[in-house]
Amino acid sequence: MVNRAAISQLAQKISGKVSYPVRIMEVCGTHTMNIARFGIKQLLPPGIKLISGPGCPVCVTEESDIDLIQELARIAGVTVFTFGDLYRIPGSEGSLEKLNGEGADVRITVSPLEAVHYAEQNPAREVVFIAIGFETTAPVAAVMIDLVRKKGIKNFSVLSFHKRIPPVLMELVREDSNYIDGFLLPGHVSTVIGTDEYQPLAKIWSKPGVVTGFEPEDILQGIYAILEQISEKSCRIEIQYKRGVNKEGVPLAREYMSNYFEFCDASWRGLGVISESGLAIRKKFRDFDGFYRFSLGNRIIKRAPITTCSCGEILRGVKVPCECLLFGSVCKPDNPVGPCMVSSEGSCAASYNYPSRYEDPSIMKG
Amino acid sequence: MTQQLVEELFIKYFHNPILDSQLDSAMLSLKAGRWAMTTDSFVVKPVFFPGGDIGKLSVCGTINDLAVMGAAPLYLTCSFIIEEGFDIGDLEIIVQSMNSTARKDGLTIVAGDTKVVERGYCDGVYITTTGLGIVPNWINYSPSAMQVEDRVIITAPPGAHGLSVFAARNNLGVDPPPQSDCASLFSLIEPLNSLEVRCMRDPTRGGLAAVLNELAVKGKKGIKIDESLIPIDSTVAYLMELLGLEPYQLANEGAAVIIVSKKDAERALEILRGHPLGRKASIIGKITAEIPGQVLMVTYLGTERIMQMPSGVIIPRIC
Repeated sequence: MVNRAAISQLAQKISGKVSYPVRIMEVCGTHTMNIARFGIKQLLPPGIKLISGPGCPVCVTEESDIDLIQELARIAGVTVFTFGDLYRIPGSEGSLEKLNGEGADVRITVSPLEAVHYAEQNPAREVVFIAIGFETTAPVAAVMIDLVRKKGIKNFSVLSFHKRIPPVLMELVREDSNYIDGFLLPGHVSTVIGTDEYQPLAKIWSKPGVVTGFEPEDILQGIYAILEQISEKSCRIEIQYKRGVNKEGVPLAREYMSNYFEFCDASWRGLGVISESGLAIRKKFRDFDGFYRFSLGNRIIKRAPITTCSCGEILRGVKVPCECLLFGSVCKPDNPVGPCMVSSEGSCAASYNYPSRYEDPSIMKG
Repeated sequence: MTQQLVEELFIKYFHNPILDSQLDSAMLSLKAGRWAMTTDSFVVKPVFFPGGDIGKLSVCGTINDLAVMGAAPLYLTCSFIIEEGFDIGDLEIIVQSMNSTARKDGLTIVAGDTKVVERGYCDGVYITTTGLGIVPNWINYSPSAMQVEDRVIITAPPGAHGLSVFAARNNLGVDPPPQSDCASLFSLIEPLNSLEVRCMRDPTRGGLAAVLNELAVKGKKGIKIDESLIPIDSTVAYLMELLGLEPYQLANEGAAVIIVSKKDAERALEILRGHPLGRKASIIGKITAEIPGQVLMVTYLGTERIMQMPSGVIIPRIC
């Protein structure tokens, strides 16, 4: 349980460290959610601005990717397994949920293994697992493919939209190197990959980065560590979340990942195509690659945003949710327009579900 | 499944002098006074879930709707829509469980109906129950009776039913599976009718967050609660954390939110905690003149945030 005394001490230490405006990006959607849920911004001095980053897997999924999944789901004999959040995101022709009403077989699962079991028990169906997420979930998809290979299951494939966190962070600082002063780096992604891949952030771009846990105390400690680096004018990648992360990551998980996946260019909603930021199934395992198996063509389809929603700018940290014209009026959790409102980790959902009466949009605009 | 078989099943379990007469309508001799009547349909999927089934739920749900209005439930009718091919053994278990739940509270099932529809036109079995109960003449529970400084009590940790159904639907594979709190609240809250209770609600769909928001809007008052006072079920808390959700939007089927005067709050708590269903009852907040129509929650950190009316489908068909 939370230690209120420790929290307020930390908050005081943070206040004492800030003498000028600082912009810190919390990369991970779980950070965004907990910051909103626990009202952490109320504990921070006005000089600190927390910006939500692109670390919500559902939010960064392109509309054209949703269309591609729908194209797949419409093929007769195909059963699609997906996570719940993805199910409700509107593509250009409605959501997967809607498609299910039209006779497609799209199933929500919380356990990818369920999809493998289903494939095993229903050899006449073509079972496709829609793999979205970052380096956290990619090893799970790799293990699934490994399992399916070893079991000799022939009717199972993975449609991988997996993305990598380090390249997108480099892209953000490359686009505008002054916008972000430091990064709260994601806990679980770093559990897998360790900290090496973040080094260019500190070494080339001089940005402090702190791998941070998800409890309120972790988040405040992470913020404090960034402020310390800034005041010492030294930039490095630190680990606050020591109970969950070490420098090397988890070698076995990384091995599975690199056995089955290779880097590829990937398109991020709102951010565009980022070189080597995706994970595609290696050619030698292409029998298990949904793109190959169903001739779904090029992974990257030209981006053509059809909504007036500001998810893209929100994902880049340029806008906050309440600055979107649709936020809270047209776009709500029960009628989401953009993915940031659908996902339980999305920054719009966080702002909508956990509003603070103190949050004045003009302050947030900074 | 023949109609006759089904009817025999109902008579076998529900039998009582009123039902046994098998007339077109149940004939009731009611005493003068105020009567509360409510109806509700149950379509939960799966039909059997850890801690209950659609039968128990359909009786408890209606009892609870009566009980939170201060009514003593007396009569129930039930209507079944059954999908062709539904297992008769399963139906018998459901009927048995309705019967034992009703009898425990002295409730008489006085009328019923069955329709069997073609396969695919309903999902297993749907049940509609209607309940009739008598309300003591001094009771007039309503959110508009809420006064500033009244206390807010919840009788059990939030979310148990919603989570149980969620886990069952999504094959979460948790062992042991989380149990629904599905229960009749009548014996728990009936003793409170002698206190200065303003109103009660059972937090079903939308959970604690929905009920508090409804009360705030209807009572035109603010509600301020303290997160650290909300009782927690450790299984629910653990799984919610894992799923990145909060239990406040998940349904209970065996808990009540009670608004009671400041004066009687401790007494109410004492009574509730003396009952097996109320052991974890807690005063979680109070009615305030600030923020009328809204619910403010002081978080674990001492910060504040608005508790929103839940929106969006979290879990479909939980009741």
